[in-house]
Amino acid sequence: MAKAESHAEGQQHPIGIYLKIWALLFVLSAFSYLVDFYHVEGYLRWFLILLFMVLKAGLIISVFMHMMWERLSLIYTIFLPPLLVMVFVLLMTYEANYIFATREVFFPTGP
Amino acid sequence: MTQSNVGKAVEPLEGLDGVVGDWSSDQRVFKEIPWGKAMMWIFLLSDTFIFGIFLLSYMTVRMSTTVPWPYPSEIFALEIGHQPIPLVLIAIMTFILISSSGTMAMAVRFGYQRDRVKTAILILITAAFGASFVGMQVFEWTKLIVEEGVRPWSNPFGAAQFGSTFFMITGFHGFHVSVGVIFLVIIARKVWRGEFDNQEPGFFTSRKGSYETVEIMGLYWHFVDLVWVFIFAFFYLW
Repeated sequence: MAKAESHAEGQQHPIGIYLKIWALLFVLSAFSYLVDFYHVEGYLRWFLILLFMVLKAGLIISVFMHMMWERLSLIYTIFLPPLLVMVFVLLMTYEANYIFATREVFFPTGP
Repeated sequence: MTQSNVGKAVEPLEGLDGVVGDWSSDQRVFKEIPWGKAMMWIFLLSDTFIFGIFLLSYMTVRMSTTVPWPYPSEIFALEIGHQPIPLVLIAIMTFILISSSGTMAMAVRFGYQRDRVKTAILILITAAFGASFVGMQVFEWTKLIVEEGVRPWSNPFGAAQFGSTFFMITGFHGFHVSVGVIFLVIIARKVWRGEFDNQEPGFFTSRKGSYETVEIMGLYWHFVDLVWVFIFAFFYLW
């Protein structure tokens, strides 16, 4: 039997954890599908979509991609840079609102 | 005699000190993992930016258009028994991709246990799931292009940007899946022939074959699944 230690050779973990995460991902996907199926609208819809998305992404990265067993320097190297995209999102939110307002002024009947 | 550390391996620090220590160690930064795996992570980081910026451009055009955005729930509905079920194909595709991630994770695990046959079979199952995902995407694209008349520059439902962002984002993701399927089959063949057990050199790099390759392949495959999680949330459900 191989050692269950994470750095015995590469990443070795009991098979049960993968099956549990697999099941959990199925359940979370079903939930996010039900959000659409039952026509949940408005802020609750967006909140639920984002919640299930973040949970699924977190489970895939931390367990399937073994990130929770890696050294902190790798975790930071991979996770910190994408946060800069959030700044870009903020900038483009202003830009998109500006373009929308301009179009409303100059093409009042729609393009 | 005074104690000296010469010739002894230095234990890497843990926590935040470990981050500073690793980065300032004047050695390789990513300790305890093969460099191939670190480089795959760096590649995935760059891919994160590509998909992040695709989704960002989608957000921008959707926010700035004055024409109503098409309702994806109805566009991607399928009629099963004369009743339209919203997003059903997309839901099936989501479950298939998650399942392929599950089999891939198990393949990595059996690889490190040197279970050659189980690893190869699980990788092939993963590839089959991936291929069926691409097949469903082809079906979806065909339905949209031929029957509904969706084009990158116009569509009968509303804002023209719907078509352009849809084809760009799902097309690029489908391309990633297709490339992944090809590489999965190549890796499965190597595992099956025992090239990782015998440490046979790879044809590209001439490095000794090792089951680390299966884990690196797994990282790519899980990333493809990960991107789909975001596409599913932002494009199909939003």
